[in-house]
Amino acid sequence: MGLSLERHTYSLMIVPAAVTVLLIIVFPLIYTLWMAVHEYSMGANAPPRFLGLANYVEAFRNQRFLEAIPRTLYFTVLGVLGPTIIGTAAALAFAREFPGRGLLRTVFSLPMMATPVSIALIWQMMFHPQLGVLNYFLSLIHVSPQLWVYSPRSVIATLSIVETWQWTPFVMLIVLGGLAVLPTEPYEAALIDGASRLQTIRYVTIPLVWPYIMTAILLRSIDALKAFDIIYVMTQGGPGTASETLNIFLYLQAFAFYNVGLSSAIVVIFFLILVAMSIGLLVTRQKTSWQ
Amino acid sequence: MAVAGRKAMGQVGFGLSLGLLMAPTIFFFYWMISLSLKTDVDNLAYPPVLLPRVLTLANYVYVFANSHLLRFAVNSLIVAVASTGLALVLGIPAGYGIARSRRYGTALLILVARITPALSYLIPWFILFQQLGLANTYLALILTHLIIGLPLVIWVMLGFFEGVPRELEDAALIDGCSRFGSFLRVAVPLTRPGIVVSGILAFIFSWNNFIFAVVLAGPRLQTLPVAVFSMMSFEQTNWGPLAAAALLITAPVLLLTLTFQRDIVAGLAAGGMKG
Repeated sequence: MGLSLERHTYSLMIVPAAVTVLLIIVFPLIYTLWMAVHEYSMGANAPPRFLGLANYVEAFRNQRFLEAIPRTLYFTVLGVLGPTIIGTAAALAFAREFPGRGLLRTVFSLPMMATPVSIALIWQMMFHPQLGVLNYFLSLIHVSPQLWVYSPRSVIATLSIVETWQWTPFVMLIVLGGLAVLPTEPYEAALIDGASRLQTIRYVTIPLVWPYIMTAILLRSIDALKAFDIIYVMTQGGPGTASETLNIFLYLQAFAFYNVGLSSAIVVIFFLILVAMSIGLLVTRQKTSWQ
Repeated sequence: MAVAGRKAMGQVGFGLSLGLLMAPTIFFFYWMISLSLKTDVDNLAYPPVLLPRVLTLANYVYVFANSHLLRFAVNSLIVAVASTGLALVLGIPAGYGIARSRRYGTALLILVARITPALSYLIPWFILFQQLGLANTYLALILTHLIIGLPLVIWVMLGFFEGVPRELEDAALIDGCSRFGSFLRVAVPLTRPGIVVSGILAFIFSWNNFIFAVVLAGPRLQTLPVAVFSMMSFEQTNWGPLAAAALLITAPVLLLTLTFQRDIVAGLAAGGMKG
């Protein structure tokens, strides 16, 4: 008895965490699947009624949902491109030795650690059309004042600026991790061939760290699709529904309109999109030694 | 001479691009601090007062006098400490078990947790907590925050335990240690940096979390981010106190990050994780 327990020690050590994960993560997901095929309203005493796929059909007839999809994609593309380009540039900079590098790198990472609600609050003040410091900066270079989050036309782009500001360090850290383990031989070859610094970056460094950049792009895509805090705090989906991304739409359906069946169905669709992207992530990851 | 000149030019160029990269971050935090220390008149002046001549703590006094910030801080602290503690107690042995038994299927589950949108937990949890009478309790908040902390701890610790040479533990096993004993006496002490990092990260992500508490916490149980969010609608353009509150709630996180900078950066890079 004691011996067999000893043999299974490693498995037994996983059990408590596995049970917890099942309870708090897997079970809610299954429950969501169940609710997605039922009519269920919070607080009502009527027993849930089986609906089949009606909630899914309703989802695809729901104008707000259909409008939220391209909006979410637009936000995601901007929220991936910005951090990837600037974050890769920052990683190249921080890969060099210079005085104060450690401290500057930490300061540069602060946006991704800081409390999102605080971040959103301060950006909101900076975006203020009349009193905000950003329109003042624009006026210094003779650009007319912008409405930022207060206009349906610019709200998504503006939110993606905040998203970029917040998550650029995340990409920087991943790419920097890649730069730290690069082989030196290709660089010696490039040096012998008389390549300039920019040529070396373009033709040696970028191809070598490409798997890391891909990983960053995929993680960033998943996170941008799920973005909630900044958008909700700054606009709550407004003006009108101009910044109502999938996650905001879901939140409002579930907790403002108590539309549980419909939001569960949409959660399932949303989840499937994310799973597909993660399979992409796993495939790329397998091609790299990064963990 | 020409080479030296080009090198100097290159350094100036590098300095400039570094400055450009750092500027948005440095200005943001400068502006946050300056809004919180300026007078009302300066905060609402146009053009904005970039270099204030008068600094005041009145905004901080106002925040403490007009909100229950300390009570909300206690809520945040209880939830973050308890969920981090639970995540460590459950996650450290699990990370070790996965690393030693190579059951990487379990690690896949963690990936699922990483990608799942919070709302897919929140809707069922909200209903269940109401039926179980757990709505509006610390327990509900702690359990939901465990969703963030537990996968993170397992993920980071898995990497650290894989780095512990088996030979060290084999020696302990030969000396008559049980497997659990060698975990406690050999593996855990060797991976202390990992425990510190994953603990700090779990704490920070719980502290920062907004979406779980905004749904599950009633007025008395609000955590700091939710409390500051509701302040926003009352205070409108009362920027000084709002900025002071924003700074106060994020200050512990910024201090933790600056103190443990090297380890946190390593942990984040290893896990590719966030809340």
